[in-house]
Amino acid sequence: MNERPARVVENLNSALHERMRADSRLYVLGEDIADPYGGAFKVTRGLTQAHPDRVISTPISENGIVGVAAGLALAGDAAIVEIMFGDFVGLAFDQLLNVASKSVSMYGHRHPMRMVVRCPSGGNRGYGPTHSQSLLKHFIGIPGLSLFELSPFHDNRTVLAHMLALGEPCVFIEDKVLYTRRAAADGQVDDLFDYGFLGAADIAPAHVFTEADGDTDCLIIAPGGMAERAVAAMRSLLLRDEIACRLVVPSRLYPVEAEALLSAVRRASYVCVVEESTTGGTWGAEVAHVLHERLWGRLRRPVRLIHSADSVVPSAVHLEREVLVQADTIREAILADLRGEGSSV
Amino acid sequence: MTDDIARTTIVTLPDDAGRLSPPSDADLATMLLIRHFELALLDLFTRGEVHGTTHTCLGQEYVPVALAPLLGESDYVFSNHRGHGHYIARFGDPAGLLAEIMGREGAVCNGVGGSQHIFRDRYLSTGVQGESLPVAAGVALHLKRHVPGALALAYIGDGTWGEGAVYEALNLAALWRLPLLVIVENNGIAQSTATAAQMAGTIRDRAAAFGIAHLRVDSTSLAALRTAVGPLVATVRDGAPLVLEFVTNRLGPHSKSDDTRTDAELRRVRASDWYPLYRAELGERFADADAVAAERVARLVAEVAARPPSVWSAA
Repeated sequence: MNERPARVVENLNSALHERMRADSRLYVLGEDIADPYGGAFKVTRGLTQAHPDRVISTPISENGIVGVAAGLALAGDAAIVEIMFGDFVGLAFDQLLNVASKSVSMYGHRHPMRMVVRCPSGGNRGYGPTHSQSLLKHFIGIPGLSLFELSPFHDNRTVLAHMLALGEPCVFIEDKVLYTRRAAADGQVDDLFDYGFLGAADIAPAHVFTEADGDTDCLIIAPGGMAERAVAAMRSLLLRDEIACRLVVPSRLYPVEAEALLSAVRRASYVCVVEESTTGGTWGAEVAHVLHERLWGRLRRPVRLIHSADSVVPSAVHLEREVLVQADTIREAILADLRGEGSSV
Repeated sequence: MTDDIARTTIVTLPDDAGRLSPPSDADLATMLLIRHFELALLDLFTRGEVHGTTHTCLGQEYVPVALAPLLGESDYVFSNHRGHGHYIARFGDPAGLLAEIMGREGAVCNGVGGSQHIFRDRYLSTGVQGESLPVAAGVALHLKRHVPGALALAYIGDGTWGEGAVYEALNLAALWRLPLLVIVENNGIAQSTATAAQMAGTIRDRAAAFGIAHLRVDSTSLAALRTAVGPLVATVRDGAPLVLEFVTNRLGPHSKSDDTRTDAELRRVRASDWYPLYRAELGERFADADAVAAERVARLVAEVAARPPSVWSAA
């Protein structure tokens, strides 16, 4: 019998503990992260108790603390910053754009900057317009800045170590609903789907399939926070519509891991990218561009972008559901495309 | 002791010619080197031999020279857009800086950073107002843990106090007792806006709001300045952040040919410049040193301009 897998928040918490033990130069900074509170989402629970000198609960100063992290990184230390709600990272944008990411290269020699800015993100929890966004699209295309997303398939102990070893600042998008879910384990998602990695375990994109080498009608590419909704759509498409989908979930969203994605697209002529961002200038558009450049003549139709509506994220549950991408949104968009009906998504 | 320091002080130092302590040859040479370096830069821009932008520190050269002996090798310095003097006072390397500005071989940062973005050893500059203060606080946190006794110095201007990052950093520095030394070069003007038109209240009161010690000095005498600020700088090393406000003058334009001050204002600014004061006080010794600096810079410009372009192997 397999052990019951830990919840994603527990896996992330243990990853933080493990990194702090392994790296005596690593700091964790953030608002209300100290015990007994342990952060707004309890991700940092137990850390101040274990490392009181290097886990620092800070004033409400996102700009300031990301700057402090950049200073530590410049001086050869490393830092992980928790932004309580990812929405607040706008307050630290200058530090990420003009200090942390630029310091890697603007001084003419590569200067490693080991830092990770963690952003609890996304909606479906009724927190309303300023506490529910997924801001990943605003961090795409910044030289020297990498973008990762929490995933149920990738072990955060590996992901965190990998981000810190990159030597350039990383923004880590963490879907808040995903915290409460069980981490995937043992290559099995459920009774229908299995999962594996398109390369090194826990670093390369994960893929979810019914048969590892089987043909597929549709390839879905989605960040970790969207995986559950994508799998629900895949289940319904398979059982109700006999459409076989394969899902790819990259841990690193930007720079786009083109080679791994291309290897997954090989057996599909229809691709869609799903994300929770609102429309316009999305991550999906960047992925689509990468695929179009290489596969334009081979794809049945342009890569389909599925994202949330052009709207703020409302508070009331019924209104929020209408704006954000749900499993139904994904299924309907794919059905419409594959049946040639066109789609308004 | 701490209470004494926390009560902010304003020190008005004698700066009339009769009471100027003569500077050392080396200090005088550095001040004049910076002066001629900046004049040469403006000349290069006027002749179209350098492109981009620059912000000269004409009138403020003595500030980093006064501070230089109070700093050690393990101290960090964060400079700003008006940082040529800061760099030359720390490294005595006008050639590396000029090559950086001109994009020539030997450039400190291979020509990538240019005038405003320099990183060498423990010296960094950047071109966005205020953003270096939280970074300096982070470095100060590192120093407090790993290099006790060392400090992080950040140069800012009077205009920088409009930025929120300044207050977040001051709060953190006071709260965590960080060895952060904030040097304010208050030249009375932010680009084209007079300080009185952009700052409510005073720098002293803003520092006091955080319980951070503040000292305002308005001398151009190196000896007087060092005597006044030296003991306070030493307290920073024990974790007492400090705001040191130098009342100074920006003789030149903000950038290039963009000075909108009236003739009367400019006459007033020039009247309190250190250069004529030192010239009057030091006589022939000044004239000799001035000629040496001017000639050194002229040779430097010719030599650096003749170098091949800098090469950057992008990371």
